[in-house]
Amino acid sequence: MKIAVCVKEVPDAGPSRRIDPGTMRMDRSGDRSLNAYDLNAVEEAIRLRDAAGGGEVVLVSVGQSKALESMRKGLAMGADRAVLVTDDAAAGSDLVATSRVLAEAVKAESPDLVLFGQQATDGDGAVMWAAVADRLRMPVVSQISELEVADGTATAKRQTEFGYDTIRTPLPAVLAVADSLNEPRYPSLKGIMGAKKKPQETKGLADVGVDPGQAGEAGSRTKVLGLSEPPSRGDTVKIEDEGDAAQKILDFLVERKLV
Amino acid sequence: MSTLVFLEHHGSAIQKGSLGVLSKAAQIDPDTSAVVIGSGVAGLAADAGRYGATTLYVADDAALEAPLPQPRVDVIARLVQEKGFDTVLFAASVLAADVAGALSARLEAGLNWDLSDIESRDGELVGKRSALGDTVRADVGWTSTPRLAMFRAGSFDPSETGGEASVEHVAVGTEDFSTQAVMVEQAHAEQSGPSIEDADILVTGGRGLGDPEGFKQLEELAKALGGAVASTRAVVDSGWYPYATQVGQTGKVVSPKLYIGAGVSGAIQHKVGMQTSQTIVSINKDPNAPIFEFSDLGVVGDLNAIVPQLTELVKARKG
Repeated sequence: MKIAVCVKEVPDAGPSRRIDPGTMRMDRSGDRSLNAYDLNAVEEAIRLRDAAGGGEVVLVSVGQSKALESMRKGLAMGADRAVLVTDDAAAGSDLVATSRVLAEAVKAESPDLVLFGQQATDGDGAVMWAAVADRLRMPVVSQISELEVADGTATAKRQTEFGYDTIRTPLPAVLAVADSLNEPRYPSLKGIMGAKKKPQETKGLADVGVDPGQAGEAGSRTKVLGLSEPPSRGDTVKIEDEGDAAQKILDFLVERKLV
Repeated sequence: MSTLVFLEHHGSAIQKGSLGVLSKAAQIDPDTSAVVIGSGVAGLAADAGRYGATTLYVADDAALEAPLPQPRVDVIARLVQEKGFDTVLFAASVLAADVAGALSARLEAGLNWDLSDIESRDGELVGKRSALGDTVRADVGWTSTPRLAMFRAGSFDPSETGGEASVEHVAVGTEDFSTQAVMVEQAHAEQSGPSIEDADILVTGGRGLGDPEGFKQLEELAKALGGAVASTRAVVDSGWYPYATQVGQTGKVVSPKLYIGAGVSGAIQHKVGMQTSQTIVSINKDPNAPIFEFSDLGVVGDLNAIVPQLTELVKARKG
């Protein structure tokens, strides 16, 4: 079974996360890692491949050239290959442009199954899989908390606002998994060492057959007009537990007259 | 401009979130239309009119009964192309995200999501959204039509205009790939149980608890504080705690005086259910957890050590 997992490199949470007011784009110069929710998709892909008795798990991403470093985490977990589409002309792509590039990169792999995580931690997006599925003309099921794949069919359970749906779809299909589906494994030392040797391919827009005018800002249909600071909750106090955290919490609650 | 609002319904009622978006749309564009897609839904026209739609487009077919996104994309895409709508609005939901995301690709139309407001400024539509876990606010726009927008839950209250909507039935044609996913079963979750909406103090457990046993210590802490225990979607999906205690987009919206999160990462779909809590305290071993960005007090540490200690301290103080 060949599984493509769409992943994204995101800036780490914390004070370094910012949007560059000059370019109105995400500042991606600070610490970065693989979007945490993508790890559930990578984990599920590895399990499905192993359960099928073989096949391949390919990580597919669109991003900066250094995103391969973040993608290695997925390789260290057990994915087989990484394909990154990176091109200056793709910078600043919105959903329309990114989904086009991503769909073409996935199409080139002809996978039996395409997996996504439940959301990106930077743009808080939970829509990319639907756009990619439409471009691939594949069925899509999202927010999956239980999944069975057998005989070319996926049966998925998902939570909605009203309870649980069970949806069945033939493969190939695009499936977006919830973080409750599994517990992503930690890469072993052997996995980390081996990741560097696994095939890691970088492609440009031309390699996936996308015209530069259909990517980046030129191919985008949304724009950021301006940025502002949200009304602050006041100062956030963040402490490391050195054995006295419980006391500090109590003092804080007493100070706020909550206890 | 010409605006279309996607009305999501459950049973024989339009969802409150959709009516809120419809009300807002009608304020900006007096000639706002709506679309409802399902089986036996023509009766929803009265509600659509009352909240501001001048025309309700109805796609009514037994094949559309299950709330699956892809057939809805086919219907809306054709409607937008035939009628020339330049703006299509959605209230965020599990279904709407899948519909809006696909529609964006199908129509090569810009989608701005997570919006909390929208306004017409010098003839241009401007959406307001938060980003990076709400650490920044952005004004966003579109560079072409149709414009697609999806609003965060609770952005607008429905307000009646007292109008009437004329009903126009639209053809139901679907793409081959859109009907491959089928609904096998819809199980409606039990919503009865402890009422977490009324509690002044909520102790919420997330996946970081590690196992369902972890909730025992949260129950002890909640009891000592005089509060209730809540949960996240991931915990409920895993079967660790009842559905009725879930806070978030697909759960309940709460606004307690004190929210304590234990092993809660702070995913956006949880955040929208608790961000108006007056005081937020979080305990998580991951220093990168997004919840720290909107906590008043964040503690990086092992909840299994901290929670029982805190319970004892609270008991001792209360005597």
